[in-house]
Amino acid sequence: MQNITLLDGQKFQITIQRLCRQLIENHNDFSESVLIGIQPRGIYLAKRVAEELRKILPGNNIRQGDMDITFYRDDFRRRSAPLIPSETKMDFIIEGKKVVLMDDVLWSGRTIRAAMEAMLAYGRPQKVELLALVDRRYSRHLPIMPDYVGIEVDSIASQKVVVSWVETDGEDKVVLLSEIENKQTD
Amino acid sequence: MAELSTRHLLGIKGLTAQDIELIFETADRFKDVLNQPQIRKVPSLRDLTIANIFFENSTRTRLSFELAEKRLSADVVNFAASSSSVSKGETLIDTVNNILAMKVDMVVMRHPYAGAATFLSKHVKAQIVNAGDGAHEHPTQALLDAFSIREKYGDVAGKKVVIVGDILHSRVALSNILCLKQLGAEVMVCGPTTLIPKYIGALGVQVEHNLIKALNWCDVANMLRIQLERQDIKYFPSLREYTMLYGLNKDILDSLDKEITVMHPGPINRGVEITSDVADSKQSIILDQVENGVAIRMAVLYLLAGQTP
Repeated sequence: MQNITLLDGQKFQITIQRLCRQLIENHNDFSESVLIGIQPRGIYLAKRVAEELRKILPGNNIRQGDMDITFYRDDFRRRSAPLIPSETKMDFIIEGKKVVLMDDVLWSGRTIRAAMEAMLAYGRPQKVELLALVDRRYSRHLPIMPDYVGIEVDSIASQKVVVSWVETDGEDKVVLLSEIENKQTD
Repeated sequence: MAELSTRHLLGIKGLTAQDIELIFETADRFKDVLNQPQIRKVPSLRDLTIANIFFENSTRTRLSFELAEKRLSADVVNFAASSSSVSKGETLIDTVNNILAMKVDMVVMRHPYAGAATFLSKHVKAQIVNAGDGAHEHPTQALLDAFSIREKYGDVAGKKVVIVGDILHSRVALSNILCLKQLGAEVMVCGPTTLIPKYIGALGVQVEHNLIKALNWCDVANMLRIQLERQDIKYFPSLREYTMLYGLNKDILDSLDKEITVMHPGPINRGVEITSDVADSKQSIILDQVENGVAIRMAVLYLLAGQTP
C-alpha cells in the first residue's frame, strides 16, 4: 500500500477559499442559490464551503442542505449488499433556484446522475452546477463534468481517493491510496 | 454497507438484534421520504415484480404492503385465494410456482396455516416475506410495533410492554414477544387463563391475569383483538364478561399512576378490548403504528431485494 498526500494543511485551505471565491463570482450574494452536499461524504464539503462563504459574506443567507441519493442509485441489486441510506436535510425548496451540488470525489459520475434525479423531487431548479473537491479525470461513465474543481487527479481504477475532514477524521487531507495487488501475479 | 442475515423474512425468530436495528435505521429514512409530500416515491425497486398472495382476509397489511411496494416503484400483482384456482384444488407450491413462472421476483404471503411461509421458502426460488402465518408469526407487525415504541420513547430496551388479550391465537403476540425481547424490553402477557398458552413463560415473559396490575406495571399496553374466527371452542363465557375483565376504558386509563401508551394492531373491535375514547385518546398511537407500517415494509423489501440474487 502506497499513500500519496495530494492536498493538506494550508494548500487545502487555499483550495477551499478559491472554490468559495469562484462561487461568489457566479452567485453574487447567494440570494437565489442553494448549496447541496451529497450524502454521505459530500456534506462535509458543503458545510465547510457554506461556513467559509458566511465568513466572506457576513449577513447573507447562505442556504445549505444534505441530500441522500441511496434510493436513486443505479446499482441497486447489482452490488453484493444494499447501501444503507443517510438522512436528507433540506429545509428549503429549490424551485427556480440555482443549485450547486457538491461531492468530495467525482469519479464515474453515477452518484451525480442519481443526485440530479433525487433533486428533481424538490422542484425544478433554474440551473444546476457541480462542485467537486477532487476530480478523477478520464474515469467518467457518464457525460458529466464539474463546474468547479478543487484538484484534478489522474488515477487508475484500482487506486482510491480519500478525503478526510477535521470534523470527522481530525485532519483536512486528500490522499491517493494505491493498492498493490499481489493476487494477479500468480 | 450492511446486510440482513436472512434471505427471507419468515419470522422474527430468524432475525438478530442487528437485523432489527438495520431495518429500523432504513425505515427512518423511508419515513423521511413518505413525509415529503412531493416525493413519497423512490425508484429503487423499479426492475422488480412482487406478488401479494393472501390466503386469508386482510385490509391493513395488504394495503400497507401494496403501498410500500408501489412507493419503492416495484410492479405489484395481487392475488386473493377466494377468487383463485386454490378453490379448484391446486396446491400451494403449484400456485406459487405458476405465479413465479410469470417472472415474479418476490412473494408476500399470508396464509391460515402456521409455517406456510417457511415451507414455501424451501420449495420455491423467490424471496418470501411472511405477512402472517396462522397463529404463528406476523413479523412486519412486530417490527412496526417496536419501531413505534422506539419512536415514542427513543429506545425499546428497558421498556415495559404488556400484551393484553387473546395470546393463544395471536401471531402478533408471538412476533411481538420475540421482537421486544430481542431488543431488550421487558414483556408481560395478560388475559384469561384459557387464552394464555401454558408454557409461555419459557419465552421469558411474565404472566398476569389482572388487567389493572398489568397496566400499573407497564409503559406500553398492546391491546389485541379476540380472534373469534380461530376459536373452535368457547374460551370464556361471553364477550361482555371479557370486556368487563380485560377491556380498557378511559376510567381505567385515568386511574393509573402514570401515562401509559396504548397500542392496537387492528382491526379494533370498539367496545370490546378497547373503548372508543381510549382508541381515539392522546395516549393511543394506533394510527402512528399504521403510518410506520408502510415505512417498515419498505425497509424490509428494500433490504431483502438489495441482496445478491
